Amino acid sequence: MSAIESEGVVLGGLPEAQLPAAPVRPRRAVVRGAAHRVAGVVFIVCLLVFMIGPIAWLALRAFSGLWQYPQMLPKDWTLNGWRQVFNDPNLRHSMRLSFEFAPIVTAASTVICLPAAYAFSRYKFPGRRFLLISLFATNAFPKIGLYISMAGVFYSLNLMGTFLGVVIVQLIGTVVFMTWIPAAAFSAIPRSLEEAARDVGAGPLRVFFRVTFPLAAPAILVAMILSFLASFDEAQGTFLVGVPNYITMPTEMYTLVLNYPEQVAAVFSILLAIPSVVLMAFARKHVMGGRLAEGFQLR
Amino acid sequence: MSATDTGLDLQHVSKDLGGRTIVDDLQLDVRTGELTCLLGPSGCGKTTTLRMIGGFLVPDRGRVLISGQDVTTLSPDKRPTAMVFQNYALWPHMTVFKNVAFGLRLRKLPRAEVKERVERVLELVGLTHHVHSYPARISGGEQQRVALARALVLEPKVLLLDEPLSNLDAKLRVRVREDIREIQQRIGITTVFVTHDQDEALSISDRIAVMSGGKVEQYADARSLYREPATTFVAGFVGTMNTYEATVVPGGVALADDVVVPCGALSATGDGVWEVGVRPEDVRVSVDGGGAGAEVLREVPRGHYKELVLRAGPHEVRAFVGSDLPAADRVSISFSRALLYRDGVLHRSAAPVPA
Repeated sequence: MSAIESEGVVLGGLPEAQLPAAPVRPRRAVVRGAAHRVAGVVFIVCLLVFMIGPIAWLALRAFSGLWQYPQMLPKDWTLNGWRQVFNDPNLRHSMRLSFEFAPIVTAASTVICLPAAYAFSRYKFPGRRFLLISLFATNAFPKIGLYISMAGVFYSLNLMGTFLGVVIVQLIGTVVFMTWIPAAAFSAIPRSLEEAARDVGAGPLRVFFRVTFPLAAPAILVAMILSFLASFDEAQGTFLVGVPNYITMPTEMYTLVLNYPEQVAAVFSILLAIPSVVLMAFARKHVMGGRLAEGFQLR
Repeated sequence: MSATDTGLDLQHVSKDLGGRTIVDDLQLDVRTGELTCLLGPSGCGKTTTLRMIGGFLVPDRGRVLISGQDVTTLSPDKRPTAMVFQNYALWPHMTVFKNVAFGLRLRKLPRAEVKERVERVLELVGLTHHVHSYPARISGGEQQRVALARALVLEPKVLLLDEPLSNLDAKLRVRVREDIREIQQRIGITTVFVTHDQDEALSISDRIAVMSGGKVEQYADARSLYREPATTFVAGFVGTMNTYEATVVPGGVALADDVVVPCGALSATGDGVWEVGVRPEDVRVSVDGGGAGAEVLREVPRGHYKELVLRAGPHEVRAFVGSDLPAADRVSISFSRALLYRDGVLHRSAAPVPA
């Protein structure tokens, strides 16, 4: 393509009569172009198989009866797996627990982290950088090590196997989202917008709730969604701290994989994925492309 | 001057920021209903001064008085000042109406009164057709007027404008500054206007405070600022000025030993070397003798007049002359008026300099 274009530039100056017949595409370029295209298609197919494959398999599995090796598709279809999941009191209980923990953890994380995020963005205080980085550090090391040392502390505080213990351990994974993302959003709001509100008579708290918060809301919502999902999917720490009193959906997966038929595990995986899909779709529709984002394009 | 005439009074105000003195023992009084410009190059402390008047910064020393009342330590929400920010600082999530109404709503005024006052002020700035638009949907000039309306609707005692025109294109800038001046005079509000554009300052202010290094170099109306700049800094900053190291001889200024330019009026007399300032329009140019000889280097047409760049002895002389002056290689020049400075300060003898 580029070879032809550059040829066109050279010929561009000639009067029309002297132009040769329409340039013929050189053979080598055709071969090379085709090879590129084939490689591209192969790459995309591989990627799709990698990403969609397991999900497709899960979806099939969740509705399949007997499915043995040489068959491409299951021999018979059934809702048995679903029935079993919804009839099992243990599994039902774990679903309820998961949907209790995630909102509570998200709410607690919001209340704790938003003021911190605001402080990180608006105030310069000693140790600010160190604290910001250390928030990342909790996510940089293998979590299990952190959880084991936390367990030691929790035992002495009688937090093992308690509701509060599980909330705290899940909070750890959400802190980074709930601090960094809103802090970046607060920093993106020009200080003069807050000053203008002070100027017309608003006190500091009112400035935050009427100006700063609404403007940072899209980012805060994204952070809350990520926190919700982090809490919802958290298994290691919850397992360590919550067992045997609090078994959430992801921790239940450990037992499911070992002790239940494959279909049940597949059904449960799909259930576990639903909040992620729904929330991500919501975020895409209402946060990324909404009027809220448009409002930021001030000249 | 009685206290009630003084809308705004800055007394010995100083502010240090980052270990540097930004505003240094500044004195400024603005009469009620007067428009004062703070004019100066960037970093001269004019915005810092404005922010201290608005309450966004607290002075390290000195006092800020509004209508005689000490507001030095009051926060912005408790002061009778309203600011128009350089970037307008409109709230993008509120419509024009809500932006303007926000301050009134905070004061818990009845809905009908809020509506009436917002509509009145939007009419004043000519924006009634954009009441329900979002700031991102209107032009820069319109955003600027919303910011002005938002400040005026609260009927503040002092209006503060922080380079409000710098984000507008050149043509609009001239129109909007006239609009601002017209509105300011109509409602008679005490106003402080910060700018680095001398044209802007000269054309709309009652008085101009030229600032440099955190101090006021001169505080005067546009005419005396231009005709009698008190310091060489002001002379160089406002308008064009020919400046020379020269001595004064009877009847003229000696630019060099052999170049004596006749001069009609001198601000002072005395021996020794002076810094001499001559405005280009005070340079008289003639083609038929009578004065010191000068060589024409360049001729720059400026529309209804032309600028001549001349060389007299070792010095360059800029002169504004009528466009009807015939072109010539050599001319003779004289000064109708020259200002004498020593140590950067204007010296004035008893006799007033004709303006």
